[in-house]
Amino acid sequence: MTSSPDPALDVAVIGAGPSGLAAANAAADAGLTVAVLDLAERIGGQYYRHALGETASATPGPFHHGWSDFVALQRPFDAHRQAGRIRYCPRHAVWSIGRRDLGSLVVRVVQDERERRPRIVAARAVIVATGAHDRQLPFPGWTLPGVMAGGGAQALLKGSHVAPGRRAVVAGTGPFLLSVADGLLIAGVQVAEIVEANRPWRMATQPRALPGAGAKLGEALGYAARLARHRVPLRTRHAVIAAHGHDRLEAVTVARLDAGGEVVAGGERRVACDLLAVGYGFTPQIELGLAAGCATALDRDGSLVLAADPDGRTSVAGVYAAGETTGVGGAQLAIAEGSLCGIAAARDLGAHRAPDATDAVSLRRRRRALRGFAAALAEVHPTPRGWTGWLADDTLVCRCEEVSCAQVRAAVTELGAGDARTVKLLARPGMGWCQGRICGSAVATLTAQLRGRPVDEDDLVAMSRRVLGQPVPIGQLASLAEPPADRADEPPGDRPGDSLADHPTTRSQTPPVARPIHLPPRP
Amino acid sequence: MSDAEAPRFTISFDGEPVSVTEGQTIAAALIAGGHPSWRRTRHGDAPRGLFCGIGVCFDCLVTVNGVRSARACLIAARPGDDVRSERGSERDDLVA
Repeated sequence: MTSSPDPALDVAVIGAGPSGLAAANAAADAGLTVAVLDLAERIGGQYYRHALGETASATPGPFHHGWSDFVALQRPFDAHRQAGRIRYCPRHAVWSIGRRDLGSLVVRVVQDERERRPRIVAARAVIVATGAHDRQLPFPGWTLPGVMAGGGAQALLKGSHVAPGRRAVVAGTGPFLLSVADGLLIAGVQVAEIVEANRPWRMATQPRALPGAGAKLGEALGYAARLARHRVPLRTRHAVIAAHGHDRLEAVTVARLDAGGEVVAGGERRVACDLLAVGYGFTPQIELGLAAGCATALDRDGSLVLAADPDGRTSVAGVYAAGETTGVGGAQLAIAEGSLCGIAAARDLGAHRAPDATDAVSLRRRRRALRGFAAALAEVHPTPRGWTGWLADDTLVCRCEEVSCAQVRAAVTELGAGDARTVKLLARPGMGWCQGRICGSAVATLTAQLRGRPVDEDDLVAMSRRVLGQPVPIGQLASLAEPPADRADEPPGDRPGDSLADHPTTRSQTPPVARPIHLPPRP
Repeated sequence: MSDAEAPRFTISFDGEPVSVTEGQTIAAALIAGGHPSWRRTRHGDAPRGLFCGIGVCFDCLVTVNGVRSARACLIAARPGDDVRSERGSERDDLVA
């Protein structure tokens, strides 16, 4: 068994969205060697998702906003790649962060959805920049083809230039709905209406909304112009409470909500559509940090996030977090946090080109302002409290395992489950392919409601904790017991740290004593 | 959209041709080709297609060139790809 040498790679960044790109750039600027591991085919994450051939374009495609910010990230990223400071690894599904020894972490990867090759990347630090996905509330018919996340509709539009339907309803809550509707209109899709659960103009009464409001307001007004031109109604305090169709979506039921987020009886309308783009804010993807032992916190919008200091250090030495993983707040905040992370990692690893102290100061100020704006948004756009009232007995709460509302309810009322973890054990929601990503917060909320108490962090942790962050072929798990042969397995010319073996990275300080990572108890 | 210039090719879905513009994911090509679903669930035999669109929900699973349960929303289609719909767990041969 060979002992593992200190890795030549300084930082592994997981995620190539706004926060990952910013973190990689900042770390490389300071002279660190960086690998960026991303699930997708192209950089940009969700916010800057774009079609083939658009990456290096200075002009935005029709669906884009803030493209100049992406260019500002992508140009230095490319320069660092050319110089060999950043190694970019697309189609990498990271399933675990582990500790090899005192000075090094390992990132375990299944590479390429078609081929599923194993890969291990060792680095002195890891930055978790894995972003978020749309938060979903189950409702009757939500599993029909044609019902998709707002982010899913955007992925099809931005990434593949495909219009996901002919006549759409956009529903949920938050300013993202406007962006989705706008994109659909540009693609020639008819948008029948936008169904917003809350009252967005309440942002005007939020004091913390002021900094950062300017740019957002401009963006919103832009959407408003197109929506007005196409005469798309925006219904506030309304929600889609059911979807209908035989083998695909044909119509939805839209209902009015009262001030408490409960359905007002008698106000339901049926709207014909073949596409429902739906989302109630965003849920951070934190499972890699969680499995590595990072402490969590409950954010203002009710999301479980990785606890981090203002520079992105988590409770685990060598593990940093930036962007949505520390709290949902959009692309600008993600960029600021990514930069702060890269700078912090550079400082902590004793990089020989220490970043200017003033950069961090202004970035932290920016971060505070943008987090304030995000908090205001969360305040104005809660998930409607009455959503569990939309559920019929046979409404699926867990899409993967096909667990119905009645089965979840029975776990609590008949089998005595007191928390989400026990519901998961008894009724299986969250045990399927997606491992609770889609149903996690819904199961936690439903369970808590049935128990007559608010959702707590333990419920969310139970639904979010997973040892395998991505599916892993069982043969690869078995081979982990053997001495690591990762160097030999990696394709030539694509091994982080290989050609950089002589690259001098001075270490003026030894890394802080590592806290060992314990595998979480089986749920 | 200036996809008029982008190269086009064909993949097959359950033996039928589906047109693809280079760069599109398999999921996108299927949806554009009029196939909103390509999987049926294990218990309810219910049709599923694309849901989250970004690789986290695992609804869009499809068999590509013999590789089972691949996320169609993550895979850029390639000429000649043989895409097959999935039914249940695809392991009914293991059921006693």
